[in-house]
Amino acid sequence: MSSSYDIIIVGAGIVGAACAMECARSGLRTLVLERGHIGGGTTAAGMGHVVVMDDSEAQFALTNYSRGLWLALRPQLPADVEFDLCGTLWVAADHEEMAEVYRKQGFYEPRGVHVEVLDAEAVARVEPNLRAGLAGGLRVRDDAVVYPPCAARFFLEQAMQYGAELRQAVTVKRLLSNGGVELADGSRLAADRIVNATGPWSPELTPGLPVRKRKGHLVITDRAPGFVHHQIVELGYLKSAHSMGQDSVAFNIQPRLTGQMLIGSSRQFDAEDGGVDHAILDRMLRRAFEYLPGLKDLSAIRTWTGHRAATPDKLPVIGPTVVSDRIWLATGHEGLGITTSLGTGRLLADLLLGRPTAIPSDPFLPARFEKGGASHG
Amino acid sequence: MTEPRSRFDIVVVGAGPAGLAAACAAAEKGKRVAVVDDAPSPGGQIWKGEQSRLSIPQAQKWIERFRRSGATLLDRTAVIAAPEPGVLLAEHPEGAREIEWSKLIIATGARELFLPFPGWTLPGVMGPGGLQALVKGGWPIAGKRVVICGTGPLLLAVADGLKKQGATIAMIAEQAPMSRVAGFGFKTLRHPGKLVQGMGIFARLRGVPYRCGVWPVQANGGEQVNSVTLADGSNQWTEKCDLLACGFHLVPNVELPLAMGCELAGGCVRVDANQLTTVPDVYCSGEPTGIGGVDCALTEGQIAGYSAAGSDDQAAALSNERAGWHAFRLAMSNAFALREELKSLANPETTFCRCEDVAFGRVKAASGWREAKLLTRCGMGACQGRTCGAAAKFILGWGMESVRPPLLPARVGNLTRTNR
Repeated sequence: MSSSYDIIIVGAGIVGAACAMECARSGLRTLVLERGHIGGGTTAAGMGHVVVMDDSEAQFALTNYSRGLWLALRPQLPADVEFDLCGTLWVAADHEEMAEVYRKQGFYEPRGVHVEVLDAEAVARVEPNLRAGLAGGLRVRDDAVVYPPCAARFFLEQAMQYGAELRQAVTVKRLLSNGGVELADGSRLAADRIVNATGPWSPELTPGLPVRKRKGHLVITDRAPGFVHHQIVELGYLKSAHSMGQDSVAFNIQPRLTGQMLIGSSRQFDAEDGGVDHAILDRMLRRAFEYLPGLKDLSAIRTWTGHRAATPDKLPVIGPTVVSDRIWLATGHEGLGITTSLGTGRLLADLLLGRPTAIPSDPFLPARFEKGGASHG
Repeated sequence: MTEPRSRFDIVVVGAGPAGLAAACAAAEKGKRVAVVDDAPSPGGQIWKGEQSRLSIPQAQKWIERFRRSGATLLDRTAVIAAPEPGVLLAEHPEGAREIEWSKLIIATGARELFLPFPGWTLPGVMGPGGLQALVKGGWPIAGKRVVICGTGPLLLAVADGLKKQGATIAMIAEQAPMSRVAGFGFKTLRHPGKLVQGMGIFARLRGVPYRCGVWPVQANGGEQVNSVTLADGSNQWTEKCDLLACGFHLVPNVELPLAMGCELAGGCVRVDANQLTTVPDVYCSGEPTGIGGVDCALTEGQIAGYSAAGSDDQAAALSNERAGWHAFRLAMSNAFALREELKSLANPETTFCRCEDVAFGRVKAASGWREAKLLTRCGMGACQGRTCGAAAKFILGWGMESVRPPLLPARVGNLTRTNR
């Protein structure tokens, strides 16, 4: 099979778009295939929080590296990406969570992340709508908020300026281990490498991949500028994000540049349908009211759901599959795909071209799973 | 004062003609019936204000019958979600309401269709129905010069109402060609009630220029509209006005039926001979099943009410009457079909989505409604795309997406359910 493309990226979500931008910038003849809309899947459903995380060294490395890339790209971002350097405020409800604040401070400061421990009074001063009696919090200065669908579109525009092609309304049926893809109409497109960047749908093209759909709900309000100033997340969020078992909710609110408030979050496995689940919506909102009682009086204009691509070890899957070095993966970003899209794109391009990587790539390689987590034929 | 939680045999959503007729029919059969409506009094949009100022005998008759029927009115209550089968979640000024039903009758009416053209967002430009409601509510119109344009029988009814309140109607500009409108007028001969009503309006509107085949191309003015540029395909001219009422007939309110999972056909709710939708125990009557006017709504409402109450014979007895109104409905939709020229009134710079201030050029560049929403925020504002979504459907041929709660903007606190 003669290869007209160096690389075909399947999926034009924010991860696929960032991979396309980095591959095309590196001179690879790049084709992006998307069955629906640009950023129309998980990208459209997410909050757009650019955040440094510290669950593991690998997660920290990727999120911190990616956040740095976002900050570097900031001057080029068009206005509709709505980049807002609002910072994250992790709130501690009690002394146990306050201990976690100090632990995080101890982790971040030596690694050069600007953080600030706030006591109860300081939290009340910076976010007066939070309920009284919180123990304190940790403010992470350089975290930000973006509008993900427009960011994905911008990455693709960049990719196309570097010569990439985009084809929409094209459904890929199969990835071919000898290079290329088979489309729904039976036709084939050839390429040296293929990247599966289809997020929660990636196991459909890479059977056996341990990526599961994890459903989330969000509510957006009408404009209420200044109601909160930071992306505010409860430290209990980590318990929610970590539990692999039952449904969980956590308080997470984001101020949009439009003045709207975006309220999350919920996590549910084995909930494939896209409908609003009122029982978990109820729990999610009640959790938010515990922190922001005044939230009840804002006007809600929309609720929506989406699916995250969750992996067993909470790290994305970036790199070649074990069965075929022609089939690569860039998926499994769970709730951090907006943040880590840029780092993923850079890492993938560096690996493809045999360049040194800025951060260790091993923790993200598909080879970490049994049989490489894939069974391509 | 209503309870946070209540339960009825039959719940009717909407207290307009279809809803009141349904409630009367069902309650008179001994069922426990509630009518839910966000207004403080019954009548819906079409009979707004008829409770205190009874000027329409038909409204008076039905509102009286409703009062005697034993049905409960849950007023100032807006349905915001259908969280599970048999339950509606609603918002009342005092808090959330959970209303349980065994049978549901949806009678949510219709809203005006607005199509963007340069200047359509200027102060002083509004929908004919909206202006009529303002005037009924006591807004001073006497001495104002009004141009009424767009399409449909509503233009005449509104002109009649405004003239009675002392407005000067400079012109009624109907976009449909005279041949079609005249044909429609002829067809109403089969419906004597409509004919008498229509003749009364025409008699009162004597001296008001009624031009067919004329449509607006631009509203002019700085702070406030002061004239409108009209076109008839060969000429363009300007009419001075203090107010411009412009509406392109009606679009059915199908958000609740969609949220319930009811199938649509041609943008309207699909119903069977009993007005039953494709969802068990959920009925629909009036404008959501097709824009047919008050009389059609009253007949369909009664059929739904009788069917839901188990009186199929009485429902069946009304089927001929309904067939007549359906013929009228079809004639109306043919007569007032929107002309192609209306699809190209907006410039790339014309505001398309008022809530989010998105220009038509940006919307048109998208590949569909969902992409337009995602990339431009069109339809993402407080009106939830009710205005621009309907315009996009006509102008760009884009289909609407599924409906998500809340069906109307609602207090965040009311999205959580009462303790159970």
